[in-house]
Amino acid sequence: MKRFLIPLAIFLLLVAILGYALLNLDPREVPSPLIGKPAPAFDLPQLAQPEQKFSPASMRGRVWLLNVWASWCVSCREEHPVLVQFSRTGTVPLYGLNYKDARADGLRWLAQFGDPYIASAFDNDGRVGIDYGVYGVPETYVIDKAGVIRYKQIGPVTPEALEKKILPLVKELEKS
Amino acid sequence: MIPEIGLFALCLALFFAAVQGVVPLVGVGRNSASLMSLGRSAAQGQWLLIAIAFGCLTYAFVANDFSVAYVAEHSNSALPLAYRVAAVWGGHEGSLLLWALMLASWTLAVSLLSRALPEAMVARVMAVLGLVSFGFLLFIVTTSSPFERLLPAAADGRDLNPLLQDPGLVIHPPMLYMGYVGFSVAFAFAIAALLSGQLDAAWARWSRPWTTTAWVFLTLGVGLGSGWAYYTLGWGGWWFWDPVENASFMPWLVGTALVHSLAVTEKRGAFKNWTVLLAIGAFSLSLLGTFLVRSGVLTSVHAFASDPRRGIFILLFLAVVIGASLFLFAWRAPKVGLGGRFALISRETLLLVNNVLLVVAAGSVLLGTLYPLFIDALGLGKLSVGPPYFQTVFVPLMVPLLFLIGLGPSARWKEASVSDLKVRLGWAFGLALIAGVGLPFLFGNWSPMVALSLLLATWILAATVVDIRHRLKSAGRAPASFWGMHLAHVGIAVFVIGVTLVKGYESEKDVRMAPGDTVHVGGYSVRLIGVKEAMGPNYRAMVGEVELSEGGRVLRSLHPEKRNYFSSQMPMTEAAIDTGIFRDVYVSLGEPVGEADGSGAWSVRVHHKPFVDWIWAGCFLMALGGVLAVADRRYRLKGKSNNGNPS
Amino acid sequence: MTARNPLVMTNMKRLFVLFLLLLVATLGWAKEAAPMAEDVAVEKRMVAISDELRCLVCQNESLSGSHAELAQDLRREIREMIKAGKSDQQIMDFMVDRYGDFVRYRPPMKATTYLLWFGPFLLLAAAVVALILYLRRRSARLDLDPQPALTADEKKRAEALLQQVENKR
Repeated sequence: MKRFLIPLAIFLLLVAILGYALLNLDPREVPSPLIGKPAPAFDLPQLAQPEQKFSPASMRGRVWLLNVWASWCVSCREEHPVLVQFSRTGTVPLYGLNYKDARADGLRWLAQFGDPYIASAFDNDGRVGIDYGVYGVPETYVIDKAGVIRYKQIGPVTPEALEKKILPLVKELEKS
Repeated sequence: MIPEIGLFALCLALFFAAVQGVVPLVGVGRNSASLMSLGRSAAQGQWLLIAIAFGCLTYAFVANDFSVAYVAEHSNSALPLAYRVAAVWGGHEGSLLLWALMLASWTLAVSLLSRALPEAMVARVMAVLGLVSFGFLLFIVTTSSPFERLLPAAADGRDLNPLLQDPGLVIHPPMLYMGYVGFSVAFAFAIAALLSGQLDAAWARWSRPWTTTAWVFLTLGVGLGSGWAYYTLGWGGWWFWDPVENASFMPWLVGTALVHSLAVTEKRGAFKNWTVLLAIGAFSLSLLGTFLVRSGVLTSVHAFASDPRRGIFILLFLAVVIGASLFLFAWRAPKVGLGGRFALISRETLLLVNNVLLVVAAGSVLLGTLYPLFIDALGLGKLSVGPPYFQTVFVPLMVPLLFLIGLGPSARWKEASVSDLKVRLGWAFGLALIAGVGLPFLFGNWSPMVALSLLLATWILAATVVDIRHRLKSAGRAPASFWGMHLAHVGIAVFVIGVTLVKGYESEKDVRMAPGDTVHVGGYSVRLIGVKEAMGPNYRAMVGEVELSEGGRVLRSLHPEKRNYFSSQMPMTEAAIDTGIFRDVYVSLGEPVGEADGSGAWSVRVHHKPFVDWIWAGCFLMALGGVLAVADRRYRLKGKSNNGNPS
Repeated sequence: MTARNPLVMTNMKRLFVLFLLLLVATLGWAKEAAPMAEDVAVEKRMVAISDELRCLVCQNESLSGSHAELAQDLRREIREMIKAGKSDQQIMDFMVDRYGDFVRYRPPMKATTYLLWFGPFLLLAAAVVALILYLRRRSARLDLDPQPALTADEKKRAEALLQQVENKR
């Protein structure tokens, strides 16, 4: 009798795993392998003032956020008010990475919806985005004082994500 | 009004399914003929009601009733009539209704064609099918009703996904579902046998034609899906080991094992437990496939829009149905008799090895498909398991199986004579060796993979000829099932030849063509004459005029297209294919690249695919073989005294 | 009219010949199509590598076939890396460093994938062992409990049935 129960046992195990996966996992989310690694270096012209450059190296010694956005990105509009309001609190410096956009379009978008960024780096051909493992805009990185990426928010920054994940992490990083 | 009638019919059908699921079993318990026969009547009533519901939904599509949410989601007034009908099963809710209709149709067929079976057995089969149908109808009515209204009604629909606006949609899902659902009949027979405690050769004989028919439909369904991908996706591929493709392939592998195992159970009364387990397995994989496609746990190009609530329902349904079946199996299996004795070298053993290889193959595909899920669930990261894995793992398992195909039919039941086999098949193997070593040179480079595959395919063909000659010489004639078996095996050989030659010797060129330019691929010349704009019923297209020649002689013109459907942002490539027995020439338009210099040039991709249509010819032959096998006279013998056949 | 010297062409004939030459030249102008790729060898290698990579913005497509913009960008990167002399392994590492193992369609051989890669082989081995054990046990059971031989009555029936089959031939 015992050995005939084996198929049932295997089946129930399978169902348990599928049930768990169904309720907890998102197959489309790609976690970043860059967490815990130094933020890739770059030296890009700024969106508003192309003669000036921006580089992550300039932010050493500060905890800061890098938000990847574009004027053609629909979900970015969803998170934008959250970012605009957040930037007003002045808690953490917020920089933007304007990904695969036309300069005029990007500036117009910021003028229309508000500019929460201290500055936006202009990544026209998307190479810096690739270095950061960007695959879907918007994405936001939390970078610590040593220039190491500590967290990546995939998708729009919701008030919940801000409150539960990003702000506590920032507070902790500020202490060190 | 009509959609409400449809919903009402479904609710009524749900009631009929409940009656069908319970009353016949009560009848068996009480030995009441009238209660037992109620199963047949309930099945027939259920079919009528579901057909009415399906008809109502079809009407809503044909009449462009955009007050029905499902119609508004998947149709459009500019959509041609044929696609408006096919769009009924273009989305989750409608395809489930199609599933329910298929299940009801199979049940109807069983209720009408099972006069020769004992009433108690039929009652049990009807009950199992009734319970399964109840589950599906409950799922539809509670979470996935296609009759939900949209208020206010949409002015026009969102249109059917352009990828689906194709003859393939008209036929592939119905065929596939006929196969998927057909295994529920094999499952019902298996459960009926377990419930009755009467598991014998007679049961196998009743079950076999139904199982083989389901297998035929599944073979056609999977083959059609592959063919459709080939000519509709525009990149020349035909199998991607995508989770949903795997979901249809696994039941096919287990179903093939089942068809072979049933042969042994029917003829020799052996492997009864194993056959029952395979029947449960094939149907479980069908249900698992339904779960994977509709729950959103895996990413796939085929997946329907997902909703965790639906996923939970299907998973629970799967758990209850299969869990109960496996429990019943564990309870009854120890008491089942063994059947006939057989030697180590015999057809029985060879078929057992066939089963082992097929089931391990199915298990490997399941492992690869679900592994990313396991790893993610354990928090160990995210992985992709794609074609490179499946090819590495699947092909080596198939090599011994292909070898066995040549050996099996010539091996005797109970005890095969090795010396006999060596004498008969020796020259067949020799021929295969020559073909394997020599043929590749005919087509191009010699490679071990191509040589091995051609060796195996030739081996199967030669061994088939040997067995046919032997049978005709000794018996003069052979039953339909004999021809069916050999035709199906020949189909496999043809399939293997197609896959081998296309993978080994296909070539393609990706070029920039201005009007008048020519490109040479695989011995053919393709010249772009020009690209013009054209309008379709619901799209705007750029149509290329391309001239295909060989050795200076013009063969025909081809018209690859790049379509922009009004409803979608995604441009669709309609490849132009010149189909031939020994090769396809496949031309697809890329992007216009000559706008800057005004040359009107386009990027064009031209493929030469030798023997690619042998892939689908092989599938078709396999299916035809199955049809012949089912047509065998012994399944049509009416009753007589064989109902309680001692095993 | 001047005397006809076949070697001297009149203006009309000159024009005619010129016309013929131009006609031939125009026909010859329709040329062999140039490959879209600048360098066919680089392209071939790029396609082979990107066949093994996943397009991250698609539902389930390889990097080589996808039309998505990110896929085009990544293919461009791969081409440049090939031209810069990087090996296949280095290019794979580049992708995995940025997107993780998820981007590879051929799962890497690591502790977490041993079960995946060796699973099928283990399954086959287990099945073969189970098969052998089953055949042995079956044989033993049948030895213990042999099937009853046919009774005299049953033998007569069997003979009659076989005779029927012979008669039919």
